[in-house]
Amino acid sequence: MTGRTAAKHEAETAGTAQAPVPDAGPVLPKRRRRVHPVIVIAAGAVLVVALTYMLPPFRNYQLATVGAYFCVTAGLTVLTGLNGQLSLGHGALMATGAYTLALTQNRWENLPLSFAMAVLVTTVVGAVIGLAAARLRGPYLAGLTLAVAIVVPSVTSTFDETFNSDQGLSVFLNPPPEQYPIEQWQAWLCWGAALVVVLLLALLVRGRFGRDLRAVRDDETAAKLAGINIARTQVLAFVVSAVCAGVSGALFAYLAQSVSPGAFPLTLSLFLVMAIVIGGLGSLFGALWGALLLVVLPALSQSVGEQTGSQRLEGNLALIVFGVVLVVVMLAAPGGLASIPSRMSRLIRRNR
Amino acid sequence: MKRITTAALSVLLLATAGCTDGGGGGNGSGSGNVPGVTDTEIVVGTHMPLTGPAAGGYSKIAPATKAYFDYVNANGGVHGRKITYKIKDDGYNPANTQTVVRELVLQDKVFAVLNGLGTPTHTGVLDFLKTNRVPDLFVASGSRSWNQADKYPQTFGFNPDYTVEGKILATYIKENLAGKKTCFLGQDDDFGRDSLAGVEKILGAVAAKESYVTSNPNVGPQMGALKAAGCEVVVLATVPGFTALSIGTAAKIAFKPQFVVSNVGSDPTTVGKTLGAAAPLMEGLVAANYLPLNTDEANPWIQLFKKVNAEHNGNAEFDNNVVYGMSVGYLFVQALQSAGKDLTRDKILETVQKNGFQGPGLVPLRFSAQDHSGYGGEQLTKVENGKAVYFGTPYTTDDGDGPVAPYQGQAVAPPPSGVPAA
Repeated sequence: MTGRTAAKHEAETAGTAQAPVPDAGPVLPKRRRRVHPVIVIAAGAVLVVALTYMLPPFRNYQLATVGAYFCVTAGLTVLTGLNGQLSLGHGALMATGAYTLALTQNRWENLPLSFAMAVLVTTVVGAVIGLAAARLRGPYLAGLTLAVAIVVPSVTSTFDETFNSDQGLSVFLNPPPEQYPIEQWQAWLCWGAALVVVLLLALLVRGRFGRDLRAVRDDETAAKLAGINIARTQVLAFVVSAVCAGVSGALFAYLAQSVSPGAFPLTLSLFLVMAIVIGGLGSLFGALWGALLLVVLPALSQSVGEQTGSQRLEGNLALIVFGVVLVVVMLAAPGGLASIPSRMSRLIRRNR
Repeated sequence: MKRITTAALSVLLLATAGCTDGGGGGNGSGSGNVPGVTDTEIVVGTHMPLTGPAAGGYSKIAPATKAYFDYVNANGGVHGRKITYKIKDDGYNPANTQTVVRELVLQDKVFAVLNGLGTPTHTGVLDFLKTNRVPDLFVASGSRSWNQADKYPQTFGFNPDYTVEGKILATYIKENLAGKKTCFLGQDDDFGRDSLAGVEKILGAVAAKESYVTSNPNVGPQMGALKAAGCEVVVLATVPGFTALSIGTAAKIAFKPQFVVSNVGSDPTTVGKTLGAAAPLMEGLVAANYLPLNTDEANPWIQLFKKVNAEHNGNAEFDNNVVYGMSVGYLFVQALQSAGKDLTRDKILETVQKNGFQGPGLVPLRFSAQDHSGYGGEQLTKVENGKAVYFGTPYTTDDGDGPVAPYQGQAVAPPPSGVPAA
């Protein structure tokens, strides 16, 4: 029993060394008191609602998109950052959620039911992939998830009577209540879902499950000796992350009123990984940064492309900008954007 | 010290990135009560695949339309207003289309969305455009979805729909290649399905049918199956890249049927470029069109469009996509002219519905209160010495069981100024 807690303690400290918490120098107070996630989420909710009343409609739509991305980046950062499993196939899990929502919604026209089905189906799919993934490590795991991402268009064209091939399905939606602009409504729905998902994740990873995740990531043998069931932890982590991706995909289907394989290409999966690395692996705030970048960078590079007048540049510039940002952030702040505040304070202290 | 600078720099970079996007969104015009229309300007927008899998050929359409608008603007504009054309790249990805069309409507406050390209992409924004009462004119696709006057009263097509085209191509086969075993290869979506429906309305069931998806650039199995079925005529409902791929793959396995190709996938310049050294394989290819052909130097429309292309489009390679883009521009200017000086969204829809436009098209547009589809027919072309040439007469028909009838009307010449009169 004592050995187990010791191993856990070690794992935890090892984890925090990578997490955006300053290393415990002698000058620092022992431990900064952490604000409870519920308070952070509540503050976030107030901020989002305030924003939706201030922003013009198009910005509200972009805000909604950030919320939808936040779900998947949060889930992925827990999987990759805290459990050390690299997934290049989260775009496919998003597609699973999106297609489930579309098919359920077109049949029963009941949005809550459709979201519930999306969660259910991605849980099952996540468990299946997770079971296989738990047996693989490193590049082999990446390879498996990559294959999942690539298989989406083939599945939709093989079963084209259900999924309607490349053209995809349109999603039947009832208009929201008259008194709210549709974009505001979309922002509320997406952020409502995102905040719930992130709150659950935050509560989950600060408890025992989070310690197990980190322990498995840092040293499987040590974790096993401490009595942690490695395979179960990995599968659970994958399922949790898959559900987040499923919710995100369902939100995108709702936003776009349509689903098609073109909306979930391989590049989306790669962008997601890049986003959480830039944001800061393992940090939920980092996931928020990543989600923000996924919306802001393409929009920004498009307006730059328009100003330079080169039409060919527009779609391609986003790729270049993303790469450059990744390089710059990794050089300047290897812990990602979320680690910048603590790095700054440390640097300032050292220079004093 | 060096590290601080880098860190600070990156923060600054991101901060500016955020700010530019957050605050920089111009409110555009909109002094009057009609979005996108002022006394001096009309703002319209479009979504196009400028990059990505469908960009080949199609990316030249919107710049050509814009070039025609620039030409009109240089000649005094329409009722004293200059046309600003905002082109957004959606990479043929429906999710991107959602974003860019919202940007056009909500942020850039466009008067109308013009010539948005693609069936899967544009289908997703029909409801959004309807809710926001945005005229959705001359969609660049032959899907029958645009022709739903009851459900989407603000949406109008441009291309002849794929069923109309299928019927006309099949009529050619029936009259000239009777008794030959006819087969079909189509895109696995509305394009392929509507086209096949048209072909089968005339010929009855085809001997063999295959489909492809754009995400899998390999038609080896399909061409093999068609060869094994002993097909002598193959109808292709394909985009340009896949037309080239099909012809090339067939040649590789020594399969030499007569290809009969849909208009959207038959531009010899685009297909020939993809085929490269194998371009002579296109010789004898039968297709159809409804606009003047880019190689027809004697045609007054081509002369006009070439002039516009030289003056306002940086002398881009003059192919049928350029002709298409400028024809769309011409039709939109016609609609603006007859909608009058007091332009509103309702007025432009009324005008388009009233129809009566005479332009570069070989057959009339079908627009009416009940019918929102575009051109009502096509004329057949054949590739001779690397160039497509028209033969026979234009045909018109409908997407139902109506007959395929020769069209006797005379083509009109453009006005000397090149700008339609009010």
